[in-house]
Amino acid sequence: MQWQNVCSVADLAENSGVCALVNGLQVAIFYIPDIRSTNLSLFSNPVYAINNYDPIGKANVLSRGIVGDINGQLIVSSPLYKQHFNLETGRCLENETVAVPVYACRIDEDRVQVDTRLVAPLRQLIKQGTE
Amino acid sequence: MSEKQTLLVIGNGMVGQHFLATLVKNPIKEQYNIVTFCEEPRAAYDRVHLSAFFSGTSAKELSLVEDGFFEQNDITIHIGDKAVSIDREQKIVTSEKGIQVHYDKLVLATGSYPFVPPVPGHDRPQCLVYRTIEDLEAMTEAAKTGKVGTVVGGGLLGLEAAKALKDLGLQTHVVEFAPRLMAVQLDDAGGAMLRRKIEALGVVVHTSKNTSLITDGEQCVNKMCFADGEELETDIVLFSAGIRPRDDIARACGLDVGQRGGIVINNDCKTSDPDIYAIGECALWNGMIYGLVAPGYAMARTVVNNLAGNIDSSFTGADMSTKLKLMGVDVASIGDAHAKTQGAMVYSYQNGASEVYKRLVVSEDKKYLLGAVLVGDAAGYSTLLQYCLNGIELPENPDALILPSRSDESVGLGVDALPASATVCSCYNVTKGSICSAIEAGCTTVDDLKQQTQAATGCGGCATLVKSVLNSELAKQGYAVNTDLCEHFAYTRQDLVNLIRVKQIKTFTELLTEHGKGLGCEICKPTVASILASQWNEHILETDHAALQDTNDKFLANMQKDGTYSVVPRITGGEISPDMLIALGQVGKKYQLYTKITGGQRVDLFGARLEQLPLIWKELIDAGFESGHAYGKSLRTVKSCVGSSWCRYGVDDSVSLAIELENRYKGLRSPHKIKFAVSGCTRECAEAQSKDVGVIATENGWNLYVCGNGGMKPRHADLFATGLDKATLIKTIDRFLSFYVRTADRLQRTSVWMENMEGGLDYLKSVIIDDKLSLGEELEQQMQTVIDTYQCEWKTTIENEEKLKHFRYFINSDATDDNVIFVEERGQIRPARDEERKHFNLVEVA
Repeated sequence: MQWQNVCSVADLAENSGVCALVNGLQVAIFYIPDIRSTNLSLFSNPVYAINNYDPIGKANVLSRGIVGDINGQLIVSSPLYKQHFNLETGRCLENETVAVPVYACRIDEDRVQVDTRLVAPLRQLIKQGTE
Repeated sequence: MSEKQTLLVIGNGMVGQHFLATLVKNPIKEQYNIVTFCEEPRAAYDRVHLSAFFSGTSAKELSLVEDGFFEQNDITIHIGDKAVSIDREQKIVTSEKGIQVHYDKLVLATGSYPFVPPVPGHDRPQCLVYRTIEDLEAMTEAAKTGKVGTVVGGGLLGLEAAKALKDLGLQTHVVEFAPRLMAVQLDDAGGAMLRRKIEALGVVVHTSKNTSLITDGEQCVNKMCFADGEELETDIVLFSAGIRPRDDIARACGLDVGQRGGIVINNDCKTSDPDIYAIGECALWNGMIYGLVAPGYAMARTVVNNLAGNIDSSFTGADMSTKLKLMGVDVASIGDAHAKTQGAMVYSYQNGASEVYKRLVVSEDKKYLLGAVLVGDAAGYSTLLQYCLNGIELPENPDALILPSRSDESVGLGVDALPASATVCSCYNVTKGSICSAIEAGCTTVDDLKQQTQAATGCGGCATLVKSVLNSELAKQGYAVNTDLCEHFAYTRQDLVNLIRVKQIKTFTELLTEHGKGLGCEICKPTVASILASQWNEHILETDHAALQDTNDKFLANMQKDGTYSVVPRITGGEISPDMLIALGQVGKKYQLYTKITGGQRVDLFGARLEQLPLIWKELIDAGFESGHAYGKSLRTVKSCVGSSWCRYGVDDSVSLAIELENRYKGLRSPHKIKFAVSGCTRECAEAQSKDVGVIATENGWNLYVCGNGGMKPRHADLFATGLDKATLIKTIDRFLSFYVRTADRLQRTSVWMENMEGGLDYLKSVIIDDKLSLGEELEQQMQTVIDTYQCEWKTTIENEEKLKHFRYFINSDATDDNVIFVEERGQIRPARDEERKHFNLVEVA
């Protein structure tokens, strides 16, 4: 299983998040069209996907957080206790040992697609964190 | 170990107490058993702010003694017992109640008594003095039947006393022997300006009046006859014609006293008996009695140091500069105000229109400041005092220091120019040097500094200066003292308000493009959303604004720990009909919500899932409810007591007013939440004095309190205006709230906003009530715009398909969050605890 169609671009919320159910996983998808006018990401990808579960607040809420940038990192701020999670690496800015799963996400024509196999850098990160 | 010696202190006034408080912080205290006599029925209290007693401050609040102080420090205090004699041979002090205490060291802090001129009739009924809380109680009693009150003496204390009479609602006169008010501190022009300002407040001032007789009045209890033949009918005569040292006990035991009274002391504050010290207003040093508290405190510190064997610390006189607010008028006097120094030169500035008078006295070579007088505007006091006390060379044109600055450029003295030895806090004698050391040792906030150094904890007059020293030192240490909102905007919230208003900016994107950088964050986005809402009041879920909102605003409900929401419909003034209550109950029952009564007199429904919110609100709106804005930084509730409609004691209809106010301000977005309350009488059942805006009904109209709050750091509200009719009340609140919305920092409650404001409550009054900035009309209009554009955010939302899209849990499925698990407790739901969750929705790692 690789790229899966999730919804159309029109279903997304600009500069904000929505939650999608993909392979039984709650996936928070953030749509940031404004990213193109910044130099925050190497790829200028306007969509980002992470798991919706906030490991600190212990609830499925991350899609409802505010997105933005802190010190050059693209982030979402948890609506529960306001920790920041990097949308590209999943790392929590306030606590190095915490990270959320990051999924590949892209726009193909009008379709928003997610690949729920974890992106590589994060797999390493979680491994380091658990050892 | 040698036996402890006994240290006896006679008098527990402000200075006596300061002595004890200083002593117990010094290791030398271990060598003494400490005993003190206190004649009054209560331990030390703040006499300087005595008139606050009439503005509602209780005797307890005036107290200067922390709970448990005497017990914790093993001090024996004999309250309500006066020391009457000293046997210096035997070293024994005897009290009125017959207690005898043997002392090794004795400290006299007997203070002073009010001087009552020996005018015939001075002991007639209702001829009073102004010194103790008991005196105040006597005044209050006399004011109940009287209509006219007269203060004899137009000095500092006299004017304070006049304020007290005014606060008691009496027609108030001040009678002064000298040709001007505050003759000691002010020159003729300053005195005249002060007189005009005080007369404008409705106090009648009589100068150059010598009272020759007090006798039976015709309309009033008393009649004062003056040497020039004039007469004045008055009920109360309040003597405040100066103080006299209480030296009788010292005199009786043969200690040296001055010709005109006062216990003679040397630089160590020792009397003619080396084992007896005298401090404060009873002491005569170098021919001077100091009638201010700061020199008394300095003497107290000298004695502690002397006992500890520190010989370098001697009392060498004190600065008599003063700054105070007399009946709302700023008055300050520094150093040689009368230009008595040889060759002194004078600069003066007088502005009749704004009633400001300033005068500088400088040395012959114009290099040094010798003295100053400020009336009507004492903002430059700290700067001038520093120039004067520390001998700092004046700028080329010294008059720039008193001329109003026409540009934004401040002519204030930078704190960096102050030497380390400069005294910043004269109440506790804290130098700039010791503040700097405390900062080096890790203090980073004014609160830290207050705890560490005691600076700004006395009269508080130096708080701004302390803050400037802090900022400057932190900057020097490389800390960025950054007032930027966040990394995206190099502006304060107030700057952004101005940019948005002046440039008519309507969206976050516009603001960010023109004045910011990056994408924004969870600090600037909601802040800007709030400013935009209070300025233009568009629906917060409009496309341009939705992504900016904090999660509670975004879903118009309050997120709880498990990601579900609570729902709070508005119940204005806490008034609800049985039918509405039933409707609310039915919704709660249907959606199986946990139901709780809030502190703001409404009902909170918990456990609503995101996708249920529109369904729940559809039913609530159909039943006649509207949004309660519990999710927003906005007006929450206007709590009320039942008021005069039902209550036997109610003075006015608090419920109707509460409902009107709540309907007026509902939906107003603000820097932080705002809470109101209205009480129908002074029993204060609605707890209005713990609210941002509190209103209490009195016989004379509504009294308005502002800037109180409960929560983490509770603060009583301050009395802002009294006896208002409803129209004036509403106008005042309009202005107050608009000004708060415009100028406060993000997440700053009204209390902190006001406390951080230069000039504090008085400045706020001058802006809101006196309209000093001529903003009043604009502020009212701003409020009217918000009121006119009010909409129930939920009603608009459920009528709009686009907005409802946000409320689907999954964008691609009708499933719901399986991580939300409730268990039952006391017949209602609550989120399952970790150990109760059997089926964890673990995140799989590929």
